[in-house]
Amino acid sequence: MSAVETQRPARPFALLGSELALVFRRRRTWAMLAALALIPILIAVAVRVTGGPPSGRGPAFLASITENGLFVSFTALVVSIPLFLPLTVGVVAGDSIAGEANLGTLRYLLAAPVGRLRLLAVKFASIVVFLFAASLVIVVAGAAIGAALFPVGPVTLLSGDTIGTGEYLGRALLLVLYSTLSLLGLGAVGLFISTLTTVPIGAMAATVVAAGAAQIVDALPQLEALHPFMFSHHWFGFGDLLRQPIDWSGFQDNALLQLGWVVVFGALAVGRFTTKDVLS
Amino acid sequence: MTDRAIETVGLVKTFGQQRAVDDLALDVPRGAVFGFLGPNGSGKTTTIRMLLGLASPSAGEIRLLGETMPGRIGAVLPRVGALVEGPAAYPFLSGRNSLHRLDAADPRSDPKTRRQRVDRALERVGLQAAAKKRSGAYSLGMKQRLGLAAALVRPRDLLILDEPTNGLDPQGTREVRNLIRALAADGTTVFVSSHLLSEIEQVCTHAGIMSAGRLVAQGTLDQLRQLGTRRITVQTPDASEAAAVFARLGLDPVDRGDHLEGELRDGLQVEDVAAALVGDGVRLRGLSASGQTLEDLFVALTGEGFDVRG
Ligand SMILES: Nc1ncnc2c1ncn2[C@@H]1O[C@H](COP(=O)(O)OP(=O)(O)O)[C@@H](O)[C@H]1O
Ligand SMILES: [Mg+2]
Repeated sequence: MSAVETQRPARPFALLGSELALVFRRRRTWAMLAALALIPILIAVAVRVTGGPPSGRGPAFLASITENGLFVSFTALVVSIPLFLPLTVGVVAGDSIAGEANLGTLRYLLAAPVGRLRLLAVKFASIVVFLFAASLVIVVAGAAIGAALFPVGPVTLLSGDTIGTGEYLGRALLLVLYSTLSLLGLGAVGLFISTLTTVPIGAMAATVVAAGAAQIVDALPQLEALHPFMFSHHWFGFGDLLRQPIDWSGFQDNALLQLGWVVVFGALAVGRFTTKDVLS
Repeated sequence: MTDRAIETVGLVKTFGQQRAVDDLALDVPRGAVFGFLGPNGSGKTTTIRMLLGLASPSAGEIRLLGETMPGRIGAVLPRVGALVEGPAAYPFLSGRNSLHRLDAADPRSDPKTRRQRVDRALERVGLQAAAKKRSGAYSLGMKQRLGLAAALVRPRDLLILDEPTNGLDPQGTREVRNLIRALAADGTTVFVSSHLLSEIEQVCTHAGIMSAGRLVAQGTLDQLRQLGTRRITVQTPDASEAAAVFARLGLDPVDRGDHLEGELRDGLQVEDVAAALVGDGVRLRGLSASGQTLEDLFVALTGEGFDVRG
């Protein structure tokens, strides 16, 4: 009969491990994570050298850094969300399918056969993991450099309550999750764009442009009716996680919004990718 | 289980106005080494893409190892090893890690035996010494070998190899032929495309010839040899006498000035014509026959021109 046994139980996660190894073995990934880690370091050093801005100027939390180094994490996240994180998401998501097509490995994955739906799912999962790692790097690097350059103590929340360092860790993790969640929609957009082309750099650029366009639409008063539907609408909404008690409504709205974008662009990506001819 | 490894019916692929593959009826028996021949642009790779479910046919049906494609893709393709339009690997990964990655793509492949299978495949193509090197630093020939290794990481019932000797030196080409022979001896059906008949003629049991998207001939090599029109050419100072002999034998003589040509039909052999000419006292300066080889048939069916079809 057949030389190959085909009735084995499927191993759905085998490819995810390989995919993550692929992403995190690339020098490019580490270069991006290093660049993200540099953001809190730059902020902390700048504040340290200049003695800090007067209260109320600069990005949120900036003025609090001199009193408590742990705020470096929050400030760096505020600075990264609109630009630097979308840039890295653009690279990873834009490259996801188009990069394989460009290398020619896509045809060998499909002939393995990987299953087109399964490949998309694994690619999206790896984008999510990268997002989490990227946000985590910012927060961890921020806490580390903050602790090195500034006094560290109980953190005063936006609501005026004070929490200990243990609970700070919990809040920091929440912020990482919030940041990951916030960029899921963009990740799905990038995945879809990546199925349209065999030129990864084009897909990366288009994804970053989409991030910029969403923020512009979100900022134009004439387009106010569209604002709640932009995937960037809740990007700065994580302040609610720094109150006591936590106000979860923003988190929920954001989750619903991102889910919508993931469903719509995930479906578009599936529709496109499962029917397209792979001629690269 | 059918005795056909590949069967297509009315297979068509159009790109815009162009019919890149036109009404293809491939018939590849199990156990065959099938040479899929045709000049550049004749539709070989496009056909292979459809066989593997990478591109969907504009019309027609495909059965691979008795199963319909692409409907049964998940069950069929694990049994099929492929090299399509050149090898591909992750330039930032070592050759070995590239193979690990591609093997992990199929959920049915066993991770416990992966290391062993990958190393065995690398050994088979003579790449074990370069297994740890970044595949981006491989030469063209090494990449081609890596592509072949990827097709061999699992035991296969069918191998579909698109121009496997591209980029290889004569030594490498010979090794690929030996590899194909060894695989065929194990019972694997091999479907191998080439634009160079000479590179694969020695290993094939069957062949199909593509021209401008159409399969213009297919069968065993012996069957194909029967198809060609055989011509005989003589050079002689006694042209008119020779023409008379040609006419008597039914050869439709064509006088080309310095030589005389005729078409051999109905089992008439070159030696019979030679004997008749000599018997009639025709003095011969030269006598040759063409159309006996596959190369002649290949040229006759696909044209000798250098121009590639648009
Ligand atoms: N992606 C494509 N878009 C348009 N035309 C294509 C595409 N791929 C192949 N073709 C055309 O189809 C024909 C057959 O190509 P191909 O199958 O690659 O030939 P071969 O492999 O025999 O050299 C060629 O004329 C080629 O230009
Ligand atoms: Mg080709």
